[in-house]
Amino acid sequence: MSKLVGSIAEAVQFAGVKDGMTISFHHHLRSGDFVLNMVMDEIAKMGIKDLTINASSIHPGHAPLAKHVKSGVVTCVETNYMSIEVGQAVSEGYMKKPMIFRTHGGRPSSLAEGKSHIDVAFIAAPTSDPMGNFTGKIGKSACGSLGYAFEDAYYADKVVVITDNLVPYPLTDFSVPENYVDYVVEVDAIGDPQGIVASTTKMTKDPVSLRIAELAAKAIDASGLLKDGFSFQTGAGGASLACAAYVRDIMKERGIKGSYALGGITGYIVDMYREGLFEAIQDVQCFDLKAVESLRDDPGHFEISSTQYASPTAKSSAASSLDAVVLGATQIDTEFNVNVHTDSRGYIIGGSGGHTDVAEEAKLTVIVAPVSRARMPVVVDKVLTVSTPGKDVDVLVTQYGIAVNPARQDLIERFTQAKLPVKTMQELKEIADKLNGVPAEIKVNKNKIVAEVLDRLDQPLDVIYAVE
Amino acid sequence: MRRTMMFLPGNNPNMIINGGILGADSIILDLEDAVAPDQKDAARELVKNALESVDFGGCEVIVRINALDTPYWEDDLEAVIPLKPDMIMPTKVSGAEYCKTLSAKMDEIEERCGIPVGKTKLIPLLETAIGIENAFTIATSTPRMEALYLGAEDLTADLRCKRTKEGNEILYARGRLVTAARAAGIEAYDTPFTDVEDLEGLARDAAFVKGLGYTGKAVISPRHVETVNRIFSPTIAEIEHAKAVFHAIEEAKAQGKGAISLNGKMVDAPIVMRARLVLENAKAMGMEVEEI
Amino acid sequence: MIIQHPAVCGTLESSDVMITVSPGDGEICIDLDSTVDMYYHDQIIKVMKELLALEGISSAKIKAVDHGALDCTIKARLKTALVRSSKEV
Repeated sequence: MSKLVGSIAEAVQFAGVKDGMTISFHHHLRSGDFVLNMVMDEIAKMGIKDLTINASSIHPGHAPLAKHVKSGVVTCVETNYMSIEVGQAVSEGYMKKPMIFRTHGGRPSSLAEGKSHIDVAFIAAPTSDPMGNFTGKIGKSACGSLGYAFEDAYYADKVVVITDNLVPYPLTDFSVPENYVDYVVEVDAIGDPQGIVASTTKMTKDPVSLRIAELAAKAIDASGLLKDGFSFQTGAGGASLACAAYVRDIMKERGIKGSYALGGITGYIVDMYREGLFEAIQDVQCFDLKAVESLRDDPGHFEISSTQYASPTAKSSAASSLDAVVLGATQIDTEFNVNVHTDSRGYIIGGSGGHTDVAEEAKLTVIVAPVSRARMPVVVDKVLTVSTPGKDVDVLVTQYGIAVNPARQDLIERFTQAKLPVKTMQELKEIADKLNGVPAEIKVNKNKIVAEVLDRLDQPLDVIYAVE
Repeated sequence: MRRTMMFLPGNNPNMIINGGILGADSIILDLEDAVAPDQKDAARELVKNALESVDFGGCEVIVRINALDTPYWEDDLEAVIPLKPDMIMPTKVSGAEYCKTLSAKMDEIEERCGIPVGKTKLIPLLETAIGIENAFTIATSTPRMEALYLGAEDLTADLRCKRTKEGNEILYARGRLVTAARAAGIEAYDTPFTDVEDLEGLARDAAFVKGLGYTGKAVISPRHVETVNRIFSPTIAEIEHAKAVFHAIEEAKAQGKGAISLNGKMVDAPIVMRARLVLENAKAMGMEVEEI
Repeated sequence: MIIQHPAVCGTLESSDVMITVSPGDGEICIDLDSTVDMYYHDQIIKVMKELLALEGISSAKIKAVDHGALDCTIKARLKTALVRSSKEV
């Protein structure tokens, strides 16, 4: 038996891709990914149309997807995150059906429960054998963890593995085994290594982000959770990553031995693990080269699927044991609702990713954001899009102080005792208005819905309207 | 409360508008080295407008101006003094004459603008060999003097030596400057620690100059603020000791004793003064201290 | 103040505005390109017009590329550009 096929076009044909079907991709090659673009170009050439793309994320490198949306090859996208390059076309109303936003934990849950379905999965694999045992840990396009690809393999009707490093059978250290795979295609390159992982993740030098990060670390400390056995997740950007640096200082100073770090992993988290600050790293995605190397070499650093990461219908998940998480926000309102989907003009610029999942699960959810970014309001009366409901957000840390969700009186007491600058959301908004002037009200055109935002259990949470 | 002075480039709106939230006790809006010669006019105008409308959250505001041998210093003063910054930091200050020339110009502007003459204080930057040698005459040259500030980068170039982390090459200058400042009854600020990443080195350096008698230290990175603030804040032990000094005084008064002793040691005037300073600083930092 | 020739002040950095001033055709003509246009368009125009009136300028072409500058920054950049444009070359 041979699963090897000669080209992507053949794979598309053998897998039986037809008008109206749903095909899937993962986003571990991030902006360096060639696979989604290569497959879609072949499909367009073959004249197949009206497809739904179910991808864990859509990145700037997927900009060519916009043309397939405009031509009707793609009429719907289901994803957890979409950057502005494709988001603009969707926001401007070019896609036939409203797109669907899920969360990183909601997507695998939806597939497992049969609420969404994949006809054909196209899985970029940095290394595979001819029978489809594959991994992301090695190969010239190594990306480390393939956490978001597991469920595509488990639940799709047909599975096509696309690799640029075909190794002899059997590949022993695989992520997904051959029994899920129908076809294997070898190509010259599945991605551009420059765009797949950053060589290093650099700490921000922005003084405001540093200030916010420092205050956030103090808040985590004052919460009482920062002690032996501490589990922690933080994003890779700006103030979130900088907060890890300040948490690290506190842990080192007091000799605290944490349990595990979770999420998208950076070299910074790897350093903390190697310094003995965490016993383990549960890795659903690697953000830089150091994380990829560590996943290969460090015994306590291991790959987890997106189900194990944060599925709300799994029997348990790594997120459900999490102490503290530090997350960003494009906007946050007086009810603590967070928007990470749309910018201030209403354009789609992102998505929840794991934001909504870990915010609900963690004991302490800290949002780090300035009250405004270069005059753009961040603390607002009402967010444009609800990505994460306010009930799951405990604390907002800004450069001017910390707002605590009124539901968490215990935290207000602890922070006051620790002499942290506690403010109300209203006070923070007034500070922003005093600094920037009162912003004009934005009119949203509610004529056309371009996206539905689903919560972790596939229930409607909000909708996004077309931009004029 | 003065522990940290944070430099902010005078032509960078993003840094300036956020000056008040970085945790520094004082901020320095810099019109000198941080601004290219062809942008001096733009920076001056920006700093002027910022002084007019930005809320620096209670930080002391210092403007660093260009040196007397440049064509800029008078325009700098004309632009900022009417907006009442707390202090002016003149650069490459060489001696008393320099300060007198500067102060006379400040007199003129203050008078014209209806500001009490002498209100705007001075914190001269001593960064040349001649400046260090003239530290005491500089410190006593005008009543505007509030503090002396040591600038090690230019100084080591002038001394023709290498600037090192250990700082042995500026040991004499550090001693000379703090002695001159204290002799004149004013404060002393130390040069910034320039390795942004090395927080342990920063802590060592700051603790060393605190030991020499310095009031505080300039910083060039927001990451350094917390460490310098911590080191120049009174420690719990210092505060406890200061409180004990005042309790001993009260007890002695109550018992009608003339001589006061604490733990077998005489409590004399310098000890009382130091205790008072410690408690004042602790209070300024928001620590809970009973009224003294 | 009389605008003699085109002059620029400011940068394209975040929280800054780059303002180009040129001689006008008898009226004030402002071309504003701002990242916060939907929130602060009227306010930005108002701040610039007030300063122009204060300087006694009734004819000028102004191009402003704004990345979220506060009013004080807009005023400072416009003022410097005006002074630069009125200086003899």
